[in-house]
Amino acid sequence: MRRWRPHAEQVVTVVTKPQAAPLRRLPGVEGIWVFVAADMAMFAILFVSFMQGRLAEPALFEASRQTLDVNFGGINTLILLTSSWLVALGVVAVRQGRAERLPALLAAALACGLAFMVSKAIEYGGKLAAGITMLTNDFYMFYFTLTGIHLFHVTAGNVVLVVLWVKARNGAFTQDNCVTLECGATYWHMVDLLWIMLFPLLYLLR
Amino acid sequence: MTTRFGGLHTIWLILMVATCATTWWLSKDSVSAQVGTVAIVLIAAFKIRFVLLHFMELRHAPTPWRLIFEAWVLIATAAILGFYLQTPTAG
Repeated sequence: MRRWRPHAEQVVTVVTKPQAAPLRRLPGVEGIWVFVAADMAMFAILFVSFMQGRLAEPALFEASRQTLDVNFGGINTLILLTSSWLVALGVVAVRQGRAERLPALLAAALACGLAFMVSKAIEYGGKLAAGITMLTNDFYMFYFTLTGIHLFHVTAGNVVLVVLWVKARNGAFTQDNCVTLECGATYWHMVDLLWIMLFPLLYLLR
Repeated sequence: MTTRFGGLHTIWLILMVATCATTWWLSKDSVSAQVGTVAIVLIAAFKIRFVLLHFMELRHAPTPWRLIFEAWVLIATAAILGFYLQTPTAG
């Protein structure tokens, strides 16, 4: 008696689909996001401390605030937003296989970062020339401390941008290899977003 | 260009216009202090959210990560406005 045996075509084969790329992913590595979250938590605490100080001495804070030049704050915000945008464009360009555009975008972003530092130096210089320091009163203590910590972040960000720019010129980033670029970009965007809230807190609250 | 860069140009333009509006209009005496200030803080919160979602790409991130940062914006903004509204206007 002949046993029934399936033909090759009848054998059910389990087709394994190629592993689809995850739909949701975090740019860079998780570690940079943990760092960014911790840094942002620290700034949130500083924001609240500032508001507590303002609650205690509203007249002093308002009078001191009025000595700040909103033009500096506003222009610095435009500078950082533009810098952040240029870096975001660079990341997209690399992912689309046009990494040759990256060095110019990073150089422009760096120019913005340096412009922020120059503008801040002019602003600090004006205050110091007028005899105002962080010891003048509680408002200026917050003003110099908060903008100083932020300026430190901008300085570090400029160093990151220089490193990324050198790497980009050497063709280090490709569609398949842009994690370092994404980490640097994530940090730089954080520096931008912290300033977005710091600026109104110090310069604009009436 | 807009689609090629996933709308980044539009986002940048909105952020620039919002910054100009807060800096050179809402902060001035033509707008009442409290209305102007609350609007300025809320606009700053939306700007931060734009940076988080579009520049930092959290809109494509795993939901828990997105929620952590959205919560930061919500808590920081609520705390700032809470303190602000308790503080007597010095003007």
